[in-house]
Amino acid sequence: MVSGHSNMPEWVYIGVVVALLCWVGAEAWNIERLVEHIPEDAKLIKVTGQQWFWTFEHEDGTKEIGELHVEAGKAYKFEITSKDVIHSFNIHDYVVLLDAVPGRVNTVWFAPTEAGEHDIQCREYCGLIHYNMRGTLYVSEAGA
Amino acid sequence: MVLEMARPRPIWQIMFSTHHTDVGLLYLITSLAFMFMGGALALSIRAELFFPGAQIITDAMTFNRIFTVHGTTLIFLFILPFASAVGNYFVPIMVRYKDMAYPKLNAIAFWMIPPAGALIWLGFADFTWYATPPYSVISAPGPAADMWIFGLKILGVSSILGSINFIVTILKCKHPDMPISKVPLLAWSFLSSSLIVLVALPTFAAALLMLLTDRLGVSGFFNPAVGGDPIAYAHLFWFTFHPEVYVLVIPAIGMMYEIIPRFSRKPIFSVTSGIIAFILLSIVSFASWAHHMYATGLSFTEKTVFMVGTLAAVPASAMHVFNFLATMWGGRIKFSTPMLWAIGGIALFFSAGAGGVVNSAMPLDFVTHDSYWVVGHFHLFVMGTILFGSVGYLYYMFPYVTGRMYNRKLGNIHFVLSFVGTVMVFFTQHVLGLFGMPRRVYDYPPIPEWIAMNQIATVGAMIIGVSMALFLINMLYSAARGKEADMNDPWNLGAKYYYPYERKNPQH
Repeated sequence: MVSGHSNMPEWVYIGVVVALLCWVGAEAWNIERLVEHIPEDAKLIKVTGQQWFWTFEHEDGTKEIGELHVEAGKAYKFEITSKDVIHSFNIHDYVVLLDAVPGRVNTVWFAPTEAGEHDIQCREYCGLIHYNMRGTLYVSEAGA
Repeated sequence: MVLEMARPRPIWQIMFSTHHTDVGLLYLITSLAFMFMGGALALSIRAELFFPGAQIITDAMTFNRIFTVHGTTLIFLFILPFASAVGNYFVPIMVRYKDMAYPKLNAIAFWMIPPAGALIWLGFADFTWYATPPYSVISAPGPAADMWIFGLKILGVSSILGSINFIVTILKCKHPDMPISKVPLLAWSFLSSSLIVLVALPTFAAALLMLLTDRLGVSGFFNPAVGGDPIAYAHLFWFTFHPEVYVLVIPAIGMMYEIIPRFSRKPIFSVTSGIIAFILLSIVSFASWAHHMYATGLSFTEKTVFMVGTLAAVPASAMHVFNFLATMWGGRIKFSTPMLWAIGGIALFFSAGAGGVVNSAMPLDFVTHDSYWVVGHFHLFVMGTILFGSVGYLYYMFPYVTGRMYNRKLGNIHFVLSFVGTVMVFFTQHVLGLFGMPRRVYDYPPIPEWIAMNQIATVGAMIIGVSMALFLINMLYSAARGKEADMNDPWNLGAKYYYPYERKNPQH
């Protein structure tokens, strides 16, 4: 077909777009691979979501509701599940986000670096009081 | 001219007609009515979120019902029927056939929409447009939830019937002298989106039935309490509705392919490239559904596969943008109202796509997922791209439908206000998501950044509201009293309106 113009610019443009996407994909793959590697000394915290609060169970059997106390400088592994509908466990400041699915256990880890308080919230619609299914993460000084 | 004021027809003649422009008109009016209804719900959501605490909506359940019906209405009762309206008017003309292939089926497909809309609006369900199990199975109040399921079921059948009609009209009824490569890109967009519907929709149709029997307690497909798996629903749902995103956006791109060369007074840069991009999009759209599900606990391998599938859709979309810009390049552009909307649509389409690359990159998705970032992201598609393309095309087809001209000044003000409002609402919501605000919340803690950004978004939404009120006035007034349009060349482009797709069908 005689089009009266060169298609060269389009090919160059597509090439640049594809190259950019390859770079984004490769970087994302590499970072996710590193992020998902759970340290062996990570302490286990069992997280249970239900309408409309969070329950946390530490390795030593102590339970907390709506509050989670951890120590800075240590790694923690969350095993997340739900008792009723799907929730999503989220500590936005530490990019901890994973769905709490009834009948399944999802695992994610994090290692708080400094003492402080952070919001815990539900990120998946779970009904009437979804908006207030919130909690607080208290990070204490290392060794305290 | 269907609404030709010189020869008025009684309304029942249009309602019981099977002629493609009459059915198109019914689709058009229905879809616009639902657009205003869904938009009003959006304004009430934004008003509620202006401050933390209860504002105008007194309880969370009402709020949850409002955003559910808002989403369901605008996707299924505005965007899809609006595309069908444009397709009904122009596909038969573009392939030079006297009507749609199956006129009665066409009318039936339309008449399934009002009862479905009634079910959705009278029920007013609360389980989001995604109807998440097990919430939708064990917790969502009936009969609203069941009415929603039946409404969607009816809309699904209507979509399938409409798609069959478009495919047969384009492939089998096109003029024998017209090779498929000469079929205009707008008709190509309907061909590809209809093919996607046929492949994708049956999956959701099955999932809906399974959801209904789960709710009735006779099965437990998605209910973990009896051994089911809610994640299975997520797969079935997104297998249909990720491709469905392309079903929504492809006709809008097709509409831009009509507007841009016309007002640039230059042929399309490359029709072949447009066709290839449509075909690529329809195939690749099936390779990315689980990118909506990274946070459900997919394995690393699954996430990688779906990230690659998602990124693969970007070059095809980028080809369309290139094609638009290359068509405008060096053209004698006339910035009439339809062209303004199309150009705004391209800019927002590009922004939406760039944001989408961020979502698909695995580690970043855990920042943005289910936050207001996602709300901003997909609204840049449904509002910024699809509504902008659709409204632009509506201004473009206005003389054709009514024989009259819209008020150009009001049309341009409508564009400027809508564009400013859209940027204010949805760009802000991206940032709000990065600050961690979850979507679908009735109330939020008084974090200063959250309050500020919610207020910017609400002001933007009100600006859009004002622009849409002007739009409604313009459409109603101009359809009845507007200046008679010069049907040969309504925009003084120096070329014949709708050339080269002359109307071949006899006056109804």
